[in-house]
Amino acid sequence: MSTEILDQPVVEKEKAPEPVKRVSIIISRGTLDGVYPGLIMANGARMEGIEATVFFTFFGMNAVLKDKMDKLKVATVGNPAMGMPTLLGAIPGMSAFASKMMMKEMDKLDIPPVSEFLEMIEDSGGEVYACKAAFEMFHLKKEDLCPQVKDIITIGDFYEKSAGAQIIFT
Amino acid sequence: MKEREIAGKVLEFDDENFMVNYKDWDASIATALASEEGLQALNDRHFVVLDFLRKTYEEKGTGPTMRRLTKESGVPTKELYALFPGAPAKKAARIAGIPKPHGCI
Repeated sequence: MSTEILDQPVVEKEKAPEPVKRVSIIISRGTLDGVYPGLIMANGARMEGIEATVFFTFFGMNAVLKDKMDKLKVATVGNPAMGMPTLLGAIPGMSAFASKMMMKEMDKLDIPPVSEFLEMIEDSGGEVYACKAAFEMFHLKKEDLCPQVKDIITIGDFYEKSAGAQIIFT
Repeated sequence: MKEREIAGKVLEFDDENFMVNYKDWDASIATALASEEGLQALNDRHFVVLDFLRKTYEEKGTGPTMRRLTKESGVPTKELYALFPGAPAKKAARIAGIPKPHGCI
């Protein structure tokens, strides 16, 4: 009988976890609080030297529309996290007011307006794409999109461009 | 915390390799730290960024966010990423001899 097998180490040596190298972030919502987390993550990735691609779809498209990108609002109705009674939140102008207050607080933290944020992401080497299905569904034209949008792509293209990336849906 | 000799001076560094005492810093230390970060040489534009980081740190006790840095130093985002390739905020702070930046932007 041989003891060779027992002599071999039973547990493999633990490897250090692989650092994140690429992220592919999907922004699917069009509210202020729906858009910003994805933008912060994309910009933060570039700051760390991580490659970043941002893909806008459905109402997230609002964030790349010239007319709408800097006028995003936070929902004051149907948003229990706001802590505002629904009837109060329904008062005309309440959503605009709450959004303005939020933008003010974000500005204090140096969080830029959406248009400037997208410029930062593009200038730092991040790539911005719009979803073809949403583009057609909302009857948009190319000139409606902000200049940072590199292309209007299908979901298949999106997966191709996300090769080797962590895909993050927001 | 550990001590290392850089450009002929013994300096203290934290666990993430940022200088502990920013006052110990000078241009020759910056050049030595830059070469550790893989930068061949520092030019005037690098020093515009480094000086701005140090000035902000001195005034506010914390380094600037990237947005403030690019807006106020006159070095735009694209150039900043070219000057300090990879992770510019951290790299520049390390070479400038100030602590690790804590902003998210």
